[in-house]
Amino acid sequence: MNSSISKYFSEMFKAIASLWAGMRITGKYFVSPGEIVTQQYPENRATLKMEERFKGEIIMPHDENNLHACTGCGICEMNCPNGSIEIITNRVPNAEGKPERVIDKHIYHLSMCTFCGLCVKTCPSDALAFGQEFEHAVFDRSHLTKVLNQPGSLLRKEAKK
Amino acid sequence: MSEEIIKDVIIGENEEYIINMGPQHPSTHGVLRFEVCLQGETVKYLIPHIGYIHRGIEKMCEAITYPQIIHLTDRMDYLSAHINNEAVCLCVENALQIEVPERVKYIRTILAELNRIASHQLWWSAFGMDLGALTTFFYGLRDREKILDIFEESFGSRLLHSFIMPGGLMHDVHPNFQKRIKEFIAYFRKKLPEYDQLLTGNIIFQNRSKGIGLMSRETAIAYGVTGPSGRGSGWSCDIRKIAPYSAYDKVQFNEMLETEGDTFARYKVRMREMWESMNILEQLVDNIPEGDYTAKMKPIIKLPVGEYFQRVETARGELAVYIVSDGNKTPYRIKFRTPNFSNLFVMNKITSGYKIADLVAVSGSLDLVIPDIDR
Ligand code: SF4
Ligand code: SF4
Repeated sequence: MNSSISKYFSEMFKAIASLWAGMRITGKYFVSPGEIVTQQYPENRATLKMEERFKGEIIMPHDENNLHACTGCGICEMNCPNGSIEIITNRVPNAEGKPERVIDKHIYHLSMCTFCGLCVKTCPSDALAFGQEFEHAVFDRSHLTKVLNQPGSLLRKEAKK
Repeated sequence: MSEEIIKDVIIGENEEYIINMGPQHPSTHGVLRFEVCLQGETVKYLIPHIGYIHRGIEKMCEAITYPQIIHLTDRMDYLSAHINNEAVCLCVENALQIEVPERVKYIRTILAELNRIASHQLWWSAFGMDLGALTTFFYGLRDREKILDIFEESFGSRLLHSFIMPGGLMHDVHPNFQKRIKEFIAYFRKKLPEYDQLLTGNIIFQNRSKGIGLMSRETAIAYGVTGPSGRGSGWSCDIRKIAPYSAYDKVQFNEMLETEGDTFARYKVRMREMWESMNILEQLVDNIPEGDYTAKMKPIIKLPVGEYFQRVETARGELAVYIVSDGNKTPYRIKFRTPNFSNLFVMNKITSGYKIADLVAVSGSLDLVIPDIDR
C-alpha cells in the first residue's frame, strides 16, 4: 500500500520534471530575441535576395543591343520532359540569299515547367538561364505563357558555333 | 418510431462500426484513407485505401528518356529527392558500365546524408505535432531550413532538386558547399540534444509511444518493412551496409538497431540515425576529391537490351529500381519498389487491438510519404 503511494508520487514528480525540461527550452527561446528565425516576408521585399543559382523561371538573357544567343535549333524543346517549350522558327534568306533558320517565337509555359533544368543544361548556345523571380501568382493561367525572345531581338552572331 | 431511431443511434458495446480516417486527415500527411473498423474505441481491423494521388509515374517513364526520368523520381518520395535520383542514375550507370568520378560519389553520398537528416527533422517535427506537441514543428523546421539553404545555394531548389544526372551531377556544387556543411554540423550538434529534452523525455509522449504498435522482427520481414521502421524491430536491413553503393564503403558508420519494435523504438532509431548521418558527413566533407563533376556521356543514352536492378537506402527504407530495356532511349518497363508502399500495409497488423488514438502515433512512427505509395 505504502509503496504504491510512493510510486504514485514519484511518477508524478518525474512527469513534472520532464515537462519542466521541455518548458525550459521554450522559455529560453521566448526570452532570447536574438534567435528569431522567421522573416517578415512582404515587408522585406526590397532586401530579399535569392541565391544566385535559384531556379525561379526560365529566361533568355538579352544584351543591351537586344541580341540573344538562341539559334532556334529546338534542342530545348526536345529535351523538355513535359512540353513546356515550343519553338516556332522562320526561314529568312541570309546575306548570300540562302534560306536560314531564325527563331520567331520561343514560347515557354511556366505553368507546366517543373524546373528540372534540362533545357538550360542542354542548350548548345547557352541561350537560356534561370531567373530569380519567384512571385508567380497571376489572375489567369494564360499570363503564365511567355514568349522569351523579346520583340525585335536578333541573334548574336559571334555566339554561333 | 422515435424509439427505433434512438436504438439505432445508441451503439451497443459489442457492436462494430466503421469510420473513415482521411482522405483529408492532418495526421496522414497526404491523401490517404484508412477504413477503420472499431469496437468501442478499440481498432478491430483497418484497410488502407490508396491511389488518391496516383500519377502513373511508372507508365510515364516508358515514354521519356533516362535523363528525363530523374525529375519524376523527385516526385515520389519528395523528402528523399536526392536519394531517389541517385537510384535511377546508379541503375543506368550500371547498365552502361560507366565508372563515375570519385568526386561525384562523394558528393552524392553527402547529399544523401543531408537529405536523410532533413527528412528525419521534418518527421520529428510532424511526429511531435501528431502527438500534440506543436512546439516541435517549429524547432524541427527551423533546423531543416539550414539544410534547405545549403541545397538552394548549390542547386537552386529546396525540395525537388533533379540534381543528380546519369553519369554524374547536373553542375558542380557551389564553392561554399563544404564550409556551409561544416557550419551546419557544428550548429546541429548543439541543437539535437534539445530535441531529446523537448520530446524524448516528455512523459506524455513516452506514455503514448512506449509499447504501442508492437511489430516483431518476423512481421517486419514478412511485410518487407524496411528502413528505420524495420530496424526498430531489430531487423538489420540497411542497404548502405548490405550492398554499399557510392562512397558508403569508404566511411565508418553503424547501423542503428533497436529490438523493442514499438513506436518508441522506431523513434529512437531515427534520432540516432541523425547523429550517425552527421558522423558520415564529417568523414566525407573534408575529403571530397578534385575532379570532374560528370563522366563522359553520350548525348542520347541508350541502355543495352537487358534487365537492370539497383537498390538504395532512402530515409524511409529500401528503394529498388528495376529497368527492362529493349535497346531504345526509353525504358521498356520501369518498376519502383518504394519503401512506403510496404511500410503502409503493415498498419493493419500492428494496430489491431490498440485504441483509435494510437493509430496516429503508429502511422506517424512509420513516417509515411503518400506520393511514394501512390507513385
Ligand atoms: S534556346 Fe538553345 S536549345 Fe532552345 S532553340 Fe534556342 S538555341 Fe536551341
Ligand atoms: S526546366 Fe525542365 S520542364 Fe522547365 S522548360 Fe526547362 S526542360 Fe522544360
